[in-house]
Amino acid sequence: MRAAIFIRLALIEARRGGLAWLAPLCIALGLALGLFLAQLAITESRLLQVAVVAALLRLSAALIIAAQVASSVRREADERRLELLLALPLARATQYLGRLAGFIALGVVLAAFFSLPLLLWAPPAAVLAWGASLAVELALVAAAALFFAMSLTQLVPALAATAGLYLLARSISAIQAIASGPLAEHSLAHELGRGTVNALAFLLPTLDRSTRSEWLLYGPPDIRSFSVVLAGMLIYAALLSVAGLFDFQRRAL
Amino acid sequence: MRDDERPLGSLPAWLWLALAAALALQVGWRTLEPVAAPRELDLPAPPSSAALRVASFGEPEAIARVTMLYLQAFDYGAGNLTPYRKLDYRRLVDWLHNVLELDPRSQYPLFAAARVYAETADEMRARLVLEFVYREFFVDPDRRWPWLAHAALLAKHRLKDLALARRYAQAIDQYTRASDVPLWAKHMEIFILEDMNELEAARIMLGGLLASGTIHDPAEARFLAERLKALEARLQPAR
Repeated sequence: MRAAIFIRLALIEARRGGLAWLAPLCIALGLALGLFLAQLAITESRLLQVAVVAALLRLSAALIIAAQVASSVRREADERRLELLLALPLARATQYLGRLAGFIALGVVLAAFFSLPLLLWAPPAAVLAWGASLAVELALVAAAALFFAMSLTQLVPALAATAGLYLLARSISAIQAIASGPLAEHSLAHELGRGTVNALAFLLPTLDRSTRSEWLLYGPPDIRSFSVVLAGMLIYAALLSVAGLFDFQRRAL
Repeated sequence: MRDDERPLGSLPAWLWLALAAALALQVGWRTLEPVAAPRELDLPAPPSSAALRVASFGEPEAIARVTMLYLQAFDYGAGNLTPYRKLDYRRLVDWLHNVLELDPRSQYPLFAAARVYAETADEMRARLVLEFVYREFFVDPDRRWPWLAHAALLAKHRLKDLALARRYAQAIDQYTRASDVPLWAKHMEIFILEDMNELEAARIMLGGLLASGTIHDPAEARFLAERLKALEARLQPAR
């Protein structure tokens, strides 16, 4: 019941904060870019459109959620609403997780909305897989943004940290492949660098395997690999939530 | 108008003027700004597929296609005085290869190679691209055969190199397994042998094919049997 209140608050805040026109604007821009690029293509114009539009919408959704979460937390702190909430007879865990649930709900709505235009070019099953994966990915981004916004307290560092984590998670596999390439020299510095990259990879989710345009282009993934992708993101979102809650519990009034 | 805003009429006149002047200055500046003169540009060395993969942030399919558009734009016009047929084709092939590595299921690089770049009048350049199509065919024969078939036709009709055309046709026959590979593509080698006047070899190949029992379609079997008969008729006077 309390979580439902937080969810409602997050959705109302997002609507009043301009998300109601920002999301359709992203879709319109994506469609316009897709149409423009399709005019230039000499083959595979449909695949080009869906790949570019999906990539653009995915990135937009992640940035919108991160900015929404970080600015919402900042506003709460500026208006002293956070202190007020902490003074209420509500467990801190309920407050933190309720707030996160609100942002996750917002991510689900955004993922569903951003999936709709892809039905123009891709089969429904593939769009469903893409949309479900995007919803979980946005939940992870929301958890990361909430964690950084609560712990770093400043808007710009929180946004930068969230964007950095997100982009690094999407490219860590490619960075690992470069570090382990057969042409790489075998020196101590290189081995150290490779070890660092591999160690870093253990601390990151593999977002390059989630919400893949490949599903829209060549067919949905099999259930097993899809479940593995979702499970990986959920585990990481849980880690970020617990870490954020840990930090929030320590906060003094 | 929101509640926390004053009406536009309450703004001082100098502010309106300043806004209009700043806008006019921007438009004027862009109008007078010198347009970059077209230059002769050649393709830069391609980034490795690994580097492209990092830059794609987990969207290799999208960046593969956008890179193809970039490559396509390297032609006469669009600020470049070098038509694509004068580009460094070794670099071009490297670009195509790296894009294909990003999304091996994309047909775009092979389509551009076979249908655009290989159709240049420069024989050396055309051969470079045709060999690229041939090499890449072996990675996924059942999906990539149409481009090798087109390469065989180019080798036969444009380069007049029947031996090269036969090598490509032979590869299609030997390495494709999918049921949707059409008759004309599978048996292209036989027709090229005929063109090479290698009638005996063509007859043996066609006879062997019919005897192998791999032809299940009656129309296909009938067509090939008629072709065999015609070949044998052509061979009669020679014997």
